[in-house]
Amino acid sequence: MTRPPHRILIWFAVLLAGAVVAWNSRYSADMSFFLPSRPSVAQQVVIDQLQSGAVSRLLMLGIEGGDAVQRATVSRDLAARLARIKEFVSVENGAAGSLDVDRGFLFRHRYLLSPAVSPQRFTIEGLRSAIAGSIDLMASPAGILFKPYLTRDPTGELVQVLGGLNNVSQPRSREGVWASRDGARALLLVQTAALGSDTDGQARAIGLIEEQFAQAKQAAGVPQLRLALSGPGSFAVQTRALIRHEVMLLSLISMLGVAAVLYFVYRSARLVGLGLVPVFSGALLGVVAVSMAFGVVFGVTAGFGAALIGEAVDYSTYYFVQSGSEGTGNWCKRFWPTVRLGVLTSMAGCAPLLFSGFPGMAQLGLYAMVGVATAAVVTRYVLPDLAGSESHLAPMKSSSTRAAAAVFGTLRRFRWPTLALAGAAALYLGLQHERLWQPDLSLLSTVSESEVALDASLRADLAAPDSRYLVVVPAADRESALRAAERTASTLDRLVADGVIAGYDSPTRFLPSQAVQSARRAALPKRDELERRLLAASVESPLAADKLGPFLDEVEQARQGPLLDRADLNGTHLALAVDALIMPRAGGWSVLLPLHFAPDRSNTPTASVREALAGSDAVFIDMKAEFDALYSGYLREAIRLSLAGLLAIVVLLAFALRSPRRLASVLLPLVLAVVFVLAGLHLLGVRLHLMHLIGLLLIVAIGSNYTLFFDSEGGALPNGTTLKSILIATVTTAIGFGTLSLSSVPVLHAMGVTVAPGAILALLLAAMFMFGRGER
Amino acid sequence: MILRCIACLCLFALSVPSHAAFNLDQLMQDLALNKGGRARFVEKRYMTLLDKPVVSTGEMRFTAPDRLERRTQTPRPETLQLDGDLLTIERDGRKISIDLVQQPQARIFIDSVRSTLSGNRGALEKDYVLRLSGTPDKWQLALEPRKEAIAELMLRITVGGRGNQIRHIEYLQADGDRVELSIEPISDQ
Repeated sequence: MTRPPHRILIWFAVLLAGAVVAWNSRYSADMSFFLPSRPSVAQQVVIDQLQSGAVSRLLMLGIEGGDAVQRATVSRDLAARLARIKEFVSVENGAAGSLDVDRGFLFRHRYLLSPAVSPQRFTIEGLRSAIAGSIDLMASPAGILFKPYLTRDPTGELVQVLGGLNNVSQPRSREGVWASRDGARALLLVQTAALGSDTDGQARAIGLIEEQFAQAKQAAGVPQLRLALSGPGSFAVQTRALIRHEVMLLSLISMLGVAAVLYFVYRSARLVGLGLVPVFSGALLGVVAVSMAFGVVFGVTAGFGAALIGEAVDYSTYYFVQSGSEGTGNWCKRFWPTVRLGVLTSMAGCAPLLFSGFPGMAQLGLYAMVGVATAAVVTRYVLPDLAGSESHLAPMKSSSTRAAAAVFGTLRRFRWPTLALAGAAALYLGLQHERLWQPDLSLLSTVSESEVALDASLRADLAAPDSRYLVVVPAADRESALRAAERTASTLDRLVADGVIAGYDSPTRFLPSQAVQSARRAALPKRDELERRLLAASVESPLAADKLGPFLDEVEQARQGPLLDRADLNGTHLALAVDALIMPRAGGWSVLLPLHFAPDRSNTPTASVREALAGSDAVFIDMKAEFDALYSGYLREAIRLSLAGLLAIVVLLAFALRSPRRLASVLLPLVLAVVFVLAGLHLLGVRLHLMHLIGLLLIVAIGSNYTLFFDSEGGALPNGTTLKSILIATVTTAIGFGTLSLSSVPVLHAMGVTVAPGAILALLLAAMFMFGRGER
Repeated sequence: MILRCIACLCLFALSVPSHAAFNLDQLMQDLALNKGGRARFVEKRYMTLLDKPVVSTGEMRFTAPDRLERRTQTPRPETLQLDGDLLTIERDGRKISIDLVQQPQARIFIDSVRSTLSGNRGALEKDYVLRLSGTPDKWQLALEPRKEAIAELMLRITVGGRGNQIRHIEYLQADGDRVELSIEPISDQ
């Protein structure tokens, strides 16, 4: 108090430093908001897949409008343009020839790749049976594909190598390029170089696609064509854009609303501006704290700031209104302890959120705590000096006080009906408790239904992988990862034979381990020996041995040739397929083996797969089940943390109030408000999720500020200025959170619809139950 | 090869008595009335690489306009289904789907057969020179490619019929291979 300007300077310096930190912070609006900060092994796989998995880098493109020839022309041109850009690692549109390179590679290396290659295969009996099989194949329409290779590959190794490849159905074609089943769209599948978690990179890639598409259709003279685009990257970019837009808009609305209310009361632009100073300080330092603690600020956290404006402005309201009659010194003595207790209560309520494994929740908790505390401290220690001694309001006129007292007196009469109603609501909630919470993570997603529908239709038409079911095997290095995949594959082969799974993908199909490759190479006989056996095997065969010179040459070539390594795959699509399935992780490598189940099965036999893999180091993962489990884990945790927050508030108040009776009277309105809001939302058919739960906690944390003021008056009607300040504070809080309820971001919307009515209810219930308490 | 499977179905088409003057238009009209049916087949494939023909036998079923199912019984069980442009082959417990649009070679076979089955003389004559010979009791329709792209693969297709039934189809491929398909209808009554 001795050197006031000093304080203002310190505050100003802190704000400046904070602004620098906030300016340089990383803001994110992607899925990581939902991803656990302490993942299990299975969850880590899910995270890796979402952030860097090959599937997360796929963008699906559909060209619509015009006729099939125009679409195909633009598809070819677009594919050629994108293939030249380094932001895209692969572009496929199904044009003939694009798979020739792959087939050439597979054929060239068939003796290292074919699972049928073994010493038995090259005995006289083995050769006889393999060649007979190939000749039988010539009788089949499928033979048309293999006839050109018969003299070079009479044992049919290419058939073996390709066998699994064709299991995955290909998209339909129109005019030589991929098209949707109804033929109305030409389709392309693009893989970005940017990771799925790199929203900036995804945004750049999507921008490039749109730009190249515009040029391609211009070049083809068909401006009527349209581009439909979907994929995880596209969702991330759209979500971020939406959140950015909404954070700006909501903050603006909230700010204008609050400023309008304050101007109505203060009639002074200067006071309104000063009143917002603690708010800005709180919002800024909240962001700074989150940025420094987490390294990244989620867009949703920043959006929460819009609500905080309405809450944090309360403290300056208390100061301006209440100090009017008392003077600054008296305000500090008489009101500050109550405000301080309110702030501490809010902080205690939010503190348990910091321990959440759900980073979104932890950020909201930290942001709210720091924001509220900063606003209060700035109000107490900076605002009085900043505002000067003249900046007080006149006390509320006695007529207004009498009017408010009359209203509140009327409210009192409804105590018992209200309690009865609360009892009924509690009973209703008890009966409905199984159906209250929705165990579905998609409720938190901002992606709209039409976007989901577009994604599903493109995905179905492209037969693009969704990789829901995976087997993951950890390993120390690439070679042991490949060997682990081969070990697991033998288990999976049994499951395929038993009909449990329809098939699976493995990187070893195109890149077997060095061990398996050298075993296969060692199985190849020397040329003389092979020739001798071939002669014996061909005695009665319609395919005479003397026509099979190319076969002898190529086996010999393979026998003396090098083994394959990852670099040999460069330039083929197989490289992508392999990279998607074997990836480095912290401390080693992971192999992924996506499983395919027969689509017509009503229930997927995941238990049989788990059973078969039990005891090995392979882990079966159902991505959707993992997500659902993740979410129900969050929900359970949120319930625990909310109860902990509630407990912290109770303990704090018990300690501060030192009276069970006062404690009960402070808590009763809050508990009732929570019950009414919860029952109301459920009755209105709102599907409650964990953000509603956090909202309930905030009702208690914020509402306690109002009940504490009523409590400090000891049951008498708070005097005019106190009443006025509480009314304004409630209105501004309701505006702040009410603004959030306008949001189309489910996380923000949920908190808005919960806290805004909750704050108003808390005030009314406090008046109903606490005012006049002392008279009886 | 795909042509063989399908062409045999032509026999079902020829159910109209040949009382009218026997010419190409009449034949095509009869073919167009094809509504489908069942038949046994024996297929012999003579390949220059092989000293003996590869023989396969089985049963096939056609449903107008473009659905075909062929079940091979020997030498190895195999099921083939053609639905529009999608050819699915099931063999040794494996399923292979082939989009005909991506297989120009196979496409030639299919297109010629479809046009024959549907009696689409215009479409046939765009790709082939048609030559009808013989009598209504023993006729032969020869298709000779007009286009280079087809001629590179196929020298000639000969469809033979007796009365209102197709009994025999022969493909003479450019690589010297030859396929003979004999067809015996199974009456469903």
